Amino acid sequence: MTTTWKITLRILRQKQGETKTSWQDFSLDIDPDETVLDAVERVWAFQDRSLTFRHACHHSTCGACGMRVNNIEKLTCITPIRSVTHNNGMLRIEPLRNFPIVSDLVVDVSHFFQELEIMQAPAVSSNSTANLDYEEVFPDVAEKERLIDCIECGLCVSACPVALTDEAYVGPAALSGLHQALAANALSANLALADNHSGVWRCHSAFECSAVCPSNVEPGYRIMDLRKKLMRKNFHQWFGGKEAGK
Amino acid sequence: MMDKPTILIIGAGFTGCALAYDLTLRGFSVTVVDRGEICSGTSGRTHGLLHSGSRYCVNDPEAAVECIEENTILRRIARQCIEFNNGLFLAISEEELAYKETFKAGAEKCGIPIRWMDKKDILSREPAINPQVLGGFEVPDGSFDPLRLALAFAGSARNRGAIFLPFHQVESIHIDGRSSVDFIILTDRHTGRSIEQHADMVINATGAWAGKIAEMAGVNVPVIPSPGVMVAFEKRMSNYVVNRLSLPGDGDIIIPQRRMSVIGTTSFEVNDADYIPVDQGMVKEMVDRAIEMIPAIARVKIRASYMSARPLIQTGTNARSLSRTFKVFDHETDHGLKGFITITGGKATTCRVMAEKTADLVCEKFAWRKTCQTKDFELDSYRTFYNRQA
Repeated sequence: MTTTWKITLRILRQKQGETKTSWQDFSLDIDPDETVLDAVERVWAFQDRSLTFRHACHHSTCGACGMRVNNIEKLTCITPIRSVTHNNGMLRIEPLRNFPIVSDLVVDVSHFFQELEIMQAPAVSSNSTANLDYEEVFPDVAEKERLIDCIECGLCVSACPVALTDEAYVGPAALSGLHQALAANALSANLALADNHSGVWRCHSAFECSAVCPSNVEPGYRIMDLRKKLMRKNFHQWFGGKEAGK
Repeated sequence: MMDKPTILIIGAGFTGCALAYDLTLRGFSVTVVDRGEICSGTSGRTHGLLHSGSRYCVNDPEAAVECIEENTILRRIARQCIEFNNGLFLAISEEELAYKETFKAGAEKCGIPIRWMDKKDILSREPAINPQVLGGFEVPDGSFDPLRLALAFAGSARNRGAIFLPFHQVESIHIDGRSSVDFIILTDRHTGRSIEQHADMVINATGAWAGKIAEMAGVNVPVIPSPGVMVAFEKRMSNYVVNRLSLPGDGDIIIPQRRMSVIGTTSFEVNDADYIPVDQGMVKEMVDRAIEMIPAIARVKIRASYMSARPLIQTGTNARSLSRTFKVFDHETDHGLKGFITITGGKATTCRVMAEKTADLVCEKFAWRKTCQTKDFELDSYRTFYNRQA
């Protein structure tokens, strides 16, 4: 009953300490409704135990399995093979960009998590602040809490053209984290972390971050909204008067 | 005073991470190895239910008491990765309504605070629930982020000196002439190089894989990987965790998580848990069961379906039993093998107490007079696990 496709996984390999990378092909017979992560895990389970990759929840809540699939950032656990190739097709699997590579598909996320921590990005919040501010939240559920949308997968950083060329750029995930910190607690959020050369003003509005985000975070929107809030605050500071829109 | 004993934990799931934290706080020198990263096996793929114990309050009160105690502790120490929106046990059929008093008596006996809600009350709070609902109990369930819960324990352990070696695969376990575990051989999967790691004690915390690791040390641990399916839908249909008011069965829990709803689960047995393909028949069964509780879920797209292999302990062994929910196997008393302990079974909600009981046994072995402190402090931020070591 189930269909089977023959696909080739072309995976970028690199062992720790080596400077050169190489492509390795793996041929698989697979149900196209399985995911790209399933395919990668199958390669590890049945063909090559030396392949390294990060993964945990397999349902888009942990953010560990981000990879580049045919040059586009994907959360591989929710990417059906059917959506990215065809029967007898090829999938190019690479680690995320703009992160140091540890080995194969494993990247070093330490700096990324440190930045989120500095921004005091909240992890759990009430529905009223966890949602995007243009989304409707019914009053009876507003105070119920939930894990905020950002699963800290790093896809936005990998897709960002500015992060690619400027190492100092704070990046879309951390700026979104600050935006959420501001929503959760306006007094403790440190806006100065965004109001500088490497912060929100460095963004080129390419919106690649929002395009690849698998979890409704809309980093592009949040960066623009931070700019708006900063303009308002700065105008108030420079010229005085009543702070508009408060 | 002797030198700090060195402990090597195999497995960086919930148990291994919580155990690393507990032992580090008690002053041991701890190293954790895993062939994957953190939570790459069963732990990561868990359903994400922080049990209140209600599920077990009738047929397994011992497990239920353990759950409510741990639920209360995790509320205090792991707020950062848990949604506490409570849970509902719904009576949809007359048969389930008839179970009301039995459930109530069970919950009261186990010390689980519950509250009866009538149909109107339930539907006003959760409009998506099946309008045929007859009533239900509100219980203190929650849902958690699996990776972050493990990372919070692991980060707290690492910040206090524990060493984590992810992507290190155990190749062999070597026993010395006095039938004590001497060293293990690991492959660093980042480099492909082989490493010899010595320790005063090796703890096998590999859950569904515990039998395979124990075999390397020449001992038997009767664990059968017992997978179940979970189906995640693209929309969050409730704020409460939604359960059925009956004895535990297949597909009777819907857990809200971020913008998703996740239903589970089933149970069967496999020999090898390394790759378990998703069974589409079971997915369909889960969808049908979810519709019984939340009819509108029929129109929601499936976001992911996945399998997770629980460690099912075969009964009838002489293993040292600490509770029906998990077991610590002391291979010295069971098989005459020194320096080797296996901890398996259990559930995410009880990972902290599993670690506590295992660490108690470790302390006993080394005559190390330190008590458990893991209840006392809030865990460090899960993000600090990734801090570069100074």
